[in-house]
Amino acid sequence: MSAVVRDPAARGRATLAVLGLCVLWPLLQIAEFKPAVLFAPGNLATLGGFLATFLPPATDAGFLGLLAAATVDTLAIATVGIALAMLIAVPLALLATRSLSIGRLDARLRPLSEAVRLCARALTLVLRGVPELVWALIFVRIFGLGPAAGVAALAITYGGMLAKVYAEILESTDLTPTRALLAAGSGRLGALGYGLLPVAADELVSYTVYRWECAVRASVVMGFVGAGGLGQLMDQSMKMLNGGEACSILITFLLLVMLADALSAWLRRQVRG
Amino acid sequence: MTAGRLPYRGVLMTAGVLVAVLAGVWRLDLVPAFAEGADSLGELIGFLQRFAAPDLTPAFLAKVGQGAVETLAISLIGTLLAVVGGVALALPASGRMGWPGQAAARFCLNLLRSVPELVWATLTVLAAGLGPFAGTLALALHTAGVLGRLYAEALENTPPAPEAALHEAGSGAVAAFLYGTLPAVAPQWVAYGLYRWEMNIRMAAILGFVGAGGLGAQLYYALSLFQESQAATLIIAMLVLSLLVDAMSGGLRRRLVTA
Amino acid sequence: MISLTAVSMAHAGGRLALDGIDLSVSAGERVALIGPSGAGKTTLLRLIGASLQPTTGLLRIDGVDPWGLSARDLQRLRAGIGKMHQTPPIPPRQRVVTAVLAGRLGQWPLWRAMASLVYPLDIAGARAVLEPLGLAERLFDRCDQLSGGQLQRVALARLFYQQPQLELADEPVSALDPALARAVAVALNDDAKRRGVTLIASLHAVELALSEFSRVIGLRNGRVAFDLPAGQVGQHHVEALYAGAGAGQVAEAAKAEPRARLTRCA
Repeated sequence: MSAVVRDPAARGRATLAVLGLCVLWPLLQIAEFKPAVLFAPGNLATLGGFLATFLPPATDAGFLGLLAAATVDTLAIATVGIALAMLIAVPLALLATRSLSIGRLDARLRPLSEAVRLCARALTLVLRGVPELVWALIFVRIFGLGPAAGVAALAITYGGMLAKVYAEILESTDLTPTRALLAAGSGRLGALGYGLLPVAADELVSYTVYRWECAVRASVVMGFVGAGGLGQLMDQSMKMLNGGEACSILITFLLLVMLADALSAWLRRQVRG
Repeated sequence: MTAGRLPYRGVLMTAGVLVAVLAGVWRLDLVPAFAEGADSLGELIGFLQRFAAPDLTPAFLAKVGQGAVETLAISLIGTLLAVVGGVALALPASGRMGWPGQAAARFCLNLLRSVPELVWATLTVLAAGLGPFAGTLALALHTAGVLGRLYAEALENTPPAPEAALHEAGSGAVAAFLYGTLPAVAPQWVAYGLYRWEMNIRMAAILGFVGAGGLGAQLYYALSLFQESQAATLIIAMLVLSLLVDAMSGGLRRRLVTA
Repeated sequence: MISLTAVSMAHAGGRLALDGIDLSVSAGERVALIGPSGAGKTTLLRLIGASLQPTTGLLRIDGVDPWGLSARDLQRLRAGIGKMHQTPPIPPRQRVVTAVLAGRLGQWPLWRAMASLVYPLDIAGARAVLEPLGLAERLFDRCDQLSGGQLQRVALARLFYQQPQLELADEPVSALDPALARAVAVALNDDAKRRGVTLIASLHAVELALSEFSRVIGLRNGRVAFDLPAGQVGQHHVEALYAGAGAGQVAEAAKAEPRARLTRCA
């Protein structure tokens, strides 16, 4: 037995540390990580000057009217966007889910049903894989500046997300009633309505409401690329360095998010009973 | 039906939602807007067709690669800064330094978390100038708020006995924390950090839209100039990058659980 | 070494956990505390360990009142007091070597504690205390890979590594099987004898208390029922101490519940 015992983990730790530094150092350079620029007098003065104008928040009647209109727009974008997303998500989820497959019962239909399912899954992946902001940017090119682009972008991305989660919920619910109906020769829609939905409805609705809450935040963010609502207004105020307006909008946004949280929580309580 | 529920709640809620949606459609004048889009359907299809042929010339791919590395750097450095900031705020927020510190830290965390990355980016661009550093800071600010809250919860749920025992055996507060509590929370903290990194790589790709560098800046530029084939390449690069980070982070997290 | 004069301790609810305790323990004594659960053994140990401040009365450790000391001096005093608990307070993912070295955190400066997290600074020292306990091979294993008995021996190794002048053990062997319980109790006593330090341990196993310790104190309802050299404790003492408690109580008391609540309040 050797007199000196060494820590067997030391070599691994040292290697990891060296490797980490080797990766981190160039990344710091690439990210132009220079905290000093924050304290450069020019930048400090710009930001300081801008932040100083945050107080008092803008409260003139004309601007408040604009703000109210933008807030209503944001809520409308989120609501209509989610409604359209559901229209996209429901058929996709039904195609993607295994629970309603007749291929399970009839071996001849299996390859076809597998192919359809794969296509539906690939489509959901593409829809939700591209961030909503990129979709918004693309739709702004198609529909022009305004809420239509935001609604379309939300419908597409959230359609993909809802489809994925709907399919998962349908697959994780108790399938005995559904199987019984399918085996007894019931149609797939019948099996959905009488077997699957009663079991899964609460969870489906609850998740949709939660997504609506996320959509409110998303619709504000999408405004920054010109998709209407509070975000667009905030973008304009920020670009003009109008701190008072930016501050009012920010406060409105925070209140709106809190309100959406509360409303969504209440709705979900109603659903769960 | 249990007490406290609205009667006919299903019908009422469905009707309410329908009214809200229709009101929204009317409010946003969506019918003419979408109709106009449908009118120019040929134009739309042409637009989308140009997406189907991504620009794969080596010169452009090299540029995309550069943007991807920059995006990766923004997400990684931003997340690391957020981990540091999150820990610094989580310690007081979990109530270890008295209630004034707790209240102040919680307020900071809520503020950081409630303001979206993109809004932070419009401010950091003013503070740090256009470029990746502004994006890094914006990510770090929002993520520090998210992580700090999760970290504080993890701290509150950690058994206090080991640290208390060390403290009662005469060790200082810092050493007692390092030997008593840190070993229990560190794996959770790292797992949360990795999870946020997966989300931040997507965000980092987008922050370029407001001038914060990375793939987003290139995409914004390409779409502004109607270079759809280049935009398509950039979107594919974003997808690949986020899948790559998912795989790396997933692998690291699995190692963390087994190690 | 330790003296308590009319010490009482009230819980938050106002119930007295300890009621007018007068006690003195001189250096090098090995004292066993026995008594039914709820008698105040844990509270008494926490008072003597300067973890809890008595509600009334005076406690002196080495002639000084710990609660009259500055925070820094109190910390220094505590660094000389080693403690063992029924469930070892060691984070599951910590390595054995680190858990043992943590015993000297009270003596190490902060830089040394931090450096030792990166690379264990006294591997030989940790090994030296683990070796006699049969755990030298587990030096670099994680604590969640150990059995309950092994973990309690790691806690014992930490106590030995701390080299305290006063060792306090709260039910150190209740969770162990009888053979291991005896081995741990013997190891505690041997170390205390060898280094001439004071040992106070609360025990459920009366026969261990009588065979291994030099002095036995019986606690009941927060008061000292008897305080005798181990040789003079008779069957009637023990029966009177546990009267009405029932045979099941000894097993019942093995549950850590009351102790955990106390830790939380501190």
